[in-house]
Amino acid sequence: MKTYLAQRLAVALVTLFGMSVVIFVLLRLAPGDIVDILFSTAGYVDPEARRTIMRELGIDRPLAVQYGDWIWQILHGELGKSYRYDLPTWEIIKPLLPVTLELALLSIIVAVLLGVPTGVISAVRQDSVLDYVLRVMSLAGLSMPSFWLGMVIILGLVAWLRWIPPMTYVPPSQNLALNAVQFLLPALAVGYRSSALIMRITRSSVLEVLREDYIRTARAKGQAPRAVVWRHAFRNAMLPVVTVIGIEFAFLIGGLIVTESVFNLPGVARFLVDAILWRDYPMVQNLVMFIAIVVILSNLAVDMLYGLLDPRIRYGR
Amino acid sequence: MAANHTATRALSPAIPAWRRPGWGRWVVRFSRRKPLGAAGGFVMAAIVVTALFANLLETHDPIATEAARTLAPPDPAHWLGTDHLGRDIYSRIVHGARVSLIVGVSSTLVGSVLGGVIGLLSGYVGGKIDLLIQRFLDILQGLPLLVLALVMSASLGPSIENVIVAISIPIIPRAARIVRSSVLSIREMQYIEAARALGLRHLRIAFRHVLPNTVGPFIVLCTAQLGSAILVEAALSFLGLGVPEPYPSWGRMLSVSAAEYAQKAPHLVLFPGLAISLAVFGSNLLGDALRDTLDPRLRGA
Repeated sequence: MKTYLAQRLAVALVTLFGMSVVIFVLLRLAPGDIVDILFSTAGYVDPEARRTIMRELGIDRPLAVQYGDWIWQILHGELGKSYRYDLPTWEIIKPLLPVTLELALLSIIVAVLLGVPTGVISAVRQDSVLDYVLRVMSLAGLSMPSFWLGMVIILGLVAWLRWIPPMTYVPPSQNLALNAVQFLLPALAVGYRSSALIMRITRSSVLEVLREDYIRTARAKGQAPRAVVWRHAFRNAMLPVVTVIGIEFAFLIGGLIVTESVFNLPGVARFLVDAILWRDYPMVQNLVMFIAIVVILSNLAVDMLYGLLDPRIRYGR
Repeated sequence: MAANHTATRALSPAIPAWRRPGWGRWVVRFSRRKPLGAAGGFVMAAIVVTALFANLLETHDPIATEAARTLAPPDPAHWLGTDHLGRDIYSRIVHGARVSLIVGVSSTLVGSVLGGVIGLLSGYVGGKIDLLIQRFLDILQGLPLLVLALVMSASLGPSIENVIVAISIPIIPRAARIVRSSVLSIREMQYIEAARALGLRHLRIAFRHVLPNTVGPFIVLCTAQLGSAILVEAALSFLGLGVPEPYPSWGRMLSVSAAEYAQKAPHLVLFPGLAISLAVFGSNLLGDALRDTLDPRLRGA
């Protein structure tokens, strides 16, 4: 177990290092830099002033030096300064984290609550009308852009309830109920999409388990059908489902990017878009790196969970 | 019939499914067995026709503005209403099918073909090279598709070609993984051993004998990726990082309407979103059904 862990950690570190190179290079492919954007409304810019700013921001140095500098800073726990706000990146990100985390957690809860039961039902009633309906519904969830679904939910509320959800962020410390409502709507939109994947994996996994011998044995000894499904099949079918939930949790961020914009929530994902539009290199670099770390950590966590969930798996002892 | 089908497949590995005779009959059988998949195929065909004949199907010039009739609700003159500049939404959606399909299909193809070749070589060669390629793919796959596409399209700048590149790069690792895993099992087949015993060169074996047998999973992969490529294009355009004006793109139609006009004119939000959902739904339905029929390992699952 220990050597396995060490191996996984080493691979994760190498992957992170590779990602940092990819991210760094990608951002430097860009035509134009922050100076161009800052001065885009100014018309003529004195080349001398331009050079001064570039020197101040440190983007006149060779790329390798800039990269080394960035990694050095990350290793020292410093995330650099945002060009645009002239503030340390960490100070800008910190208040955004709880917003994204709350939204991500709520979305994954919605996704699991929707996806797992429908997946089990669909598998148990394979090829029935109910199975078809549930499958088509989940496929529809995969097909709708979650930001559009969010907009439609808002429109529906306006049309039927004559009520517009608050369009400015309400912190939970101020009004918990309003905050919950405000987050639940986007969480429904994002969670519905993720639930589709979870439902499909649950369904195929339960179907597979239901064909096993011990299920036939349980049925043969006259156990109630419900107990067969939930006590015997369900628990054994959950392993791949947990994997998908872990992966989905990391990839939820993709869905959050646009949804946070639509619901005007000040989270990390929305901020990433802003930073990209402004070519605020340190911000984008660090935000994307942050996302990469979250993804890799949650993959690692899923791996660890395996051992706990399934005693049959004991890594390379 | 089904047994016959698999027998032919096993005997003539070098002939891909779509080149075997009777593929009109295959379509009929497919529709009978997979009505949902056939419906998806029909939707996709309808969208292709719309994109091809957009100039005939339009009722107005999709980029002509009409200051007197902005935000008009649907009526006989403007079937789906007009937007904030008085442009006809129906005509814009019809032309938007072009953008969606061009971007979706070409990024899927570019990404899947590049990924497919990488996966083929990686799986066929094996060893250290395989390991290196796998680690590199890990790096590309470690980021959510949209995040990677977002960073790429922002740094490349807004143009149709760049959006296609930005969406196809994240598809590469996914395609490579799938093709590699089927190459790994094909590599151990006896006919590959036979080809090697005949003294054929490796490249020839890889491309003539291994590659055609990955066509099934490859087609499945393409249809599955097409849906997400269309979605990513919509999201990019929505954020203003996608296909630039004046091309009417479904995603951008939503972004304009989102904040300001949504409550005054809900049709601005509804119709472009429905178009996106329908296109993606169609390709997902088709992809699912194709997976069930073309990928024998998953049959019945």
